[in-house]
Amino acid sequence: MSQRKRAVTASQSKTKRRSQVSLDEDDEDANFSQITSSQVQRAREHFTTDQLDRKVAEVVQFILIKDQKKIPIRRADIGKHVIKEYKAIYSEIINRVCRKFDQVFGLKLVEIDPKNHIYILINKLEPVNGEPVSMRPGNPKTGLLFVILSVIFMKGGVIKENLVWNTLKKLRVDPGEKHDEFGDVKKVVTDEFVRQKYLEYVKIPHTEPVEYEFRWGLRAEKEVSKLKLLEFVGELFDQDPQSWTQQFREASAAETSS
Amino acid sequence: MSPPMGDSHKRFLQTMMSNGIISASQAAALHKHCCEIHGAHYVADRLDDFINIINAHLQSLFMHIRKGMSEEDGLEYYALVNVTETDITRMASDYADNELELFRKTMDLIVDSESGSASSTDILNCADSLQTKKLKKKETEHVLNKFVQDKWLNEKDGEYTLSVRCIVEMEQYMRTIYQDLIKVCHVCHNIALQCQMCENPICGIKVHLPCVARYFRARSDPRCPECGDFWPHEIPEIQQSQSQSSQNLPSSSKENTAPTPSRRSRRS
Ligand SMILES: [Zn+2]
Ligand SMILES: [Zn+2]
Repeated sequence: MSQRKRAVTASQSKTKRRSQVSLDEDDEDANFSQITSSQVQRAREHFTTDQLDRKVAEVVQFILIKDQKKIPIRRADIGKHVIKEYKAIYSEIINRVCRKFDQVFGLKLVEIDPKNHIYILINKLEPVNGEPVSMRPGNPKTGLLFVILSVIFMKGGVIKENLVWNTLKKLRVDPGEKHDEFGDVKKVVTDEFVRQKYLEYVKIPHTEPVEYEFRWGLRAEKEVSKLKLLEFVGELFDQDPQSWTQQFREASAAETSS
Repeated sequence: MSPPMGDSHKRFLQTMMSNGIISASQAAALHKHCCEIHGAHYVADRLDDFINIINAHLQSLFMHIRKGMSEEDGLEYYALVNVTETDITRMASDYADNELELFRKTMDLIVDSESGSASSTDILNCADSLQTKKLKKKETEHVLNKFVQDKWLNEKDGEYTLSVRCIVEMEQYMRTIYQDLIKVCHVCHNIALQCQMCENPICGIKVHLPCVARYFRARSDPRCPECGDFWPHEIPEIQQSQSQSSQNLPSSSKENTAPTPSRRSRRS
């Protein structure tokens, strides 16, 4: 999965840049690795079951709020804003948080960046085709996103931005105009989807005037089934998904490797 | 021990989370839909049992699916509520500090008013004296629009009222902050803002308009249910929508026709 590897490197360099301006938060993160087992022991005796339950609830709510906006969650932020003095038993709390997400919400907390400890929530329930919007968990913008992810995937994983805009124009979504449903389409695609890690939007080096290209973001790699996407494209063009041999092979491989 | 949640319960909860609030008829349709998709046992009139299973699991997370009534049309709604919050933190992630302050001031105006509403003029005046950061007229109008879009406020002819979502989700907060200023409806016992009031000074009970309509239906000589004094207000008609509601589907009508995406697949 060279695509995924590229995406990881890109996101890591981004986080690195960010960490230079917010040193205190990284100190926060460093604290986690300095915890000894005797500290864990002492902490566990120090807190009552009720206190622990309450902490778990707070972390769950904190993550749910972040997830509503699809903002990736940093371990350092959970530590700083919620866990606080419970840091010694962080992993016990997080384990219970994960169990709650699984048993109550059908969601899974996934670490998408093990080096910088960044998490996202992904859905474990199968998406349902043709589900009325009011009954679909999630966001109306996902239709727009899905089209873009399809184009990128069908074109081999990376495409110039013009191709995206032209495709959308064909679907009567003009990135230059304010759309009834999506508002500023260009901003949604290049800012919101990128921040949510569904897309990567990067400058192509040595272009004059500057050009940009799109790739799948880390969240898309985790959440979107390429087989499902290929089925969707197949329906669109009334063609057997298997007829796109290369894409079909990649999609099947992705499905079995996970 | 409560029974474990199945995928049908989880899908119901996820959909509630993304919608914020749904009407009772939407909830009934969603209940059926979730059971069918996951092949769960479905009993049409057991929605509340179905929700109780979810609530049993939400309890330890200090969350709850709560039923509430719209003060406007008397319809029932379900909202996912955070039961720990003592402040309007529920909104904190979506709004700037001065926008939240504007919301608090709007709430003050509404709770203080006799009509249970606040005029846009009065709200605009507030915006001028915010402590966090003043809002210009245009900005204030924009923020008010956002409150309406996000279903925290309702607006009609320049008058703003608290939405059913707001009342259901912030009931605890409102009771803490306003204490005695908050009155409950004599008929349904929920917070009463837009309502009629008994004019007997030692009684003064409040009743929601839809509750008035239902309570006094077919009574030729309307009298206060508490003190027996003559009820001097016009008795509103029972709203049409109360009976038609079961056909109404939620916000879906104006949704785009873009294909259903299959993001968030099982694999991970
Ligand atoms: Zn009432
Ligand atoms: Zn009375």
